[in-house]
Amino acid sequence: MDVWQFLADNKKRCLALTWEHIWIVSLALFIAILIGVPIGIVITRNKKVAQSVINTANVLITIPSIALFGILLPILSLIGHGLGKVPAITALVLYSQLPIIRNTYTAIQNVPSELVEAGRGLGMSRWRRLKEVEIPLAIPVIIAGLRTAAVMNIGIAAIAAYIGAGGLGVFIQEGISRVHQEMIVAGAILVSLLAILVDGTMALLERLITPKGVKIGRKQNQ
Amino acid sequence: MIQYENVTKIFGSGDKSVTAVDNVNFEVEKGELVTLLGPSGCGKTTLLRLTNRLLSLTQGKIIVDDQNIMDINRVKLRQSMGYAIQEVGLFPNKTIYGNIAIVPRLLKWDEDRIRDRVDELLTMLQLEPDTFRDRYPVELSGGQQQRIGVARCLAADPKILLMDEPFGAIDPINRVEIQDEFLRVQGKLKKTIIFVTHDLQEAIKMGDKIAIFQEGQLIQYDTPETILTNPKNEYIADFVGTDRGLKVLGLRKAKDVMVENPANLIQASTKASDALKFLQDKKLEHGTVVEKEKPIGYLTSANLEETEAPIKEIAEAYPKLITPYDNLKDVMSVMLMYDIRVLCVVDEDNNMAGTISLEDIQKSIMKIYSGTGEDKH
Ligand SMILES: Nc1ncnc2c1ncn2[C@@H]1O[C@H](COP(=O)(O)OP(=O)(O)OP(=O)(O)O)[C@@H](O)[C@H]1O
Ligand SMILES: [Mg+2]
Repeated sequence: MDVWQFLADNKKRCLALTWEHIWIVSLALFIAILIGVPIGIVITRNKKVAQSVINTANVLITIPSIALFGILLPILSLIGHGLGKVPAITALVLYSQLPIIRNTYTAIQNVPSELVEAGRGLGMSRWRRLKEVEIPLAIPVIIAGLRTAAVMNIGIAAIAAYIGAGGLGVFIQEGISRVHQEMIVAGAILVSLLAILVDGTMALLERLITPKGVKIGRKQNQ
Repeated sequence: MIQYENVTKIFGSGDKSVTAVDNVNFEVEKGELVTLLGPSGCGKTTLLRLTNRLLSLTQGKIIVDDQNIMDINRVKLRQSMGYAIQEVGLFPNKTIYGNIAIVPRLLKWDEDRIRDRVDELLTMLQLEPDTFRDRYPVELSGGQQQRIGVARCLAADPKILLMDEPFGAIDPINRVEIQDEFLRVQGKLKKTIIFVTHDLQEAIKMGDKIAIFQEGQLIQYDTPETILTNPKNEYIADFVGTDRGLKVLGLRKAKDVMVENPANLIQASTKASDALKFLQDKKLEHGTVVEKEKPIGYLTSANLEETEAPIKEIAEAYPKLITPYDNLKDVMSVMLMYDIRVLCVVDEDNNMAGTISLEDIQKSIMKIYSGTGEDKH
């Protein structure tokens, strides 16, 4: 078996599929952030609503991906996108909601109450408090949620190749149907590398974006 | 001016309800500093939070400068009152500068003005601006953080300040300095201040008036001197302690009891024998030697017997000269420390202003205790 040979011979296709994989996952994550972070923030105002939103996201994430694609098929067929990238990205957005909403909610909830009190007492509007205090303090935990979502999505996107979404899953799917072992392994290795790389990058981002005053505090507590 | 009218706050409902503030009525005059005093859980913090609408009233009303607070926009109201919370609550993601700049930025001050203001406040609170400006709260001690909390509440120069135990975590030495500095600044700026404290000494020192609470009710609202000399009931008397006589001494100044034209003055040019005769004739134990209005020292008959030396040389210097504004507690401790019953009070030019004796102080204490027992309110 010569995986390296396969990779070397198919450099162009490897790059194209990796790139496709990255943008499917990135687009999905971007949309998921736009939906999940505001939801996570808004639900901090009402415990009951928060509980039911998080429960719903919990249910979503337990649906196996193949089953979710099956459920989305008839729905998205209505707009003519039963197969391909649209259901793939939709599924990834749905799966991302739990880690993003839960982490955002918990992080905002965990901002010490005396800071909220101080902010209110000084006459900061709710928006201003969010922008200047709550989000900066919550951001490391929110990024941790994004990290979980991104890594998970890289794996699920590989399966989405079965509904014609493209990406590195194509190697695996094609390899299986053609009984082409090098191809399967090459796909698996590339997906894994991508996941590891993204995980590392997000970890770095998490560290970079943590406010300095918070970092110093953490160091002191060690 | 802040007026509290039948102010009541009940948390929860039914059996579990807690009446944190119970039908409270009082007024804080413009430019006055009122200290709120009382045991933990008596509703001090709740009263402050009602004042800036962090909590809503269950009953009654609060009127600030003739306007019902319910008619004022909540955010505007809070920006017009500085608030230093009990837990300090500095924002860990912001530098000291960023923390103090919060309200000025809300009010859109320009950055140069904010910079000057931050330095001014840090200096006032005994923190070197260049050292502290760019640090983060975690890099400060608890007492230093608390001072930043005070600076943050003063930043935009609000007319009203709500301060919840603002000096509680500061060490005793710095605390006294900051109290003095705060009082000095308050003397100039005349803000309307509600100041919560657990420390009776601080309440007496800082307050134009003291409000003492018990289980949400306002028990007595009076000047520190009246509270100490005329506690309204057992509760207040216990609260201010059996040593309240000594505490009053901390409030009274040397000028209140000193004798301005003492009979025991002896000019430095007097001969020793004449001085001795003078003391014996007037049956005085102690003579104060003065030269051109300036006190030189003191003499007793024993010093003068069988000597012809100039009395200027015989006179013993006073261990410490008292100023008219020294409080009687300090004066008394000098007397006890140096075992001397009479001290000399001087004015700013070190000229003789009068004398003060242990007996004078004692009389002033006796008067306080003679007022006890009768309920004068
Ligand atoms: N948000 C709240 N919900 C329910 N009860 C409260 C709430 N805030 C305060 N209380 C209760 O109201 C009473 C008064 O509390 P408050 O915080 O005003 O006391 P305090 O005088 O400031 O005490 P301390 O000196 O300990 O700060 C207490 O019994 C407290 O348990
Ligand atoms: Mg309190």
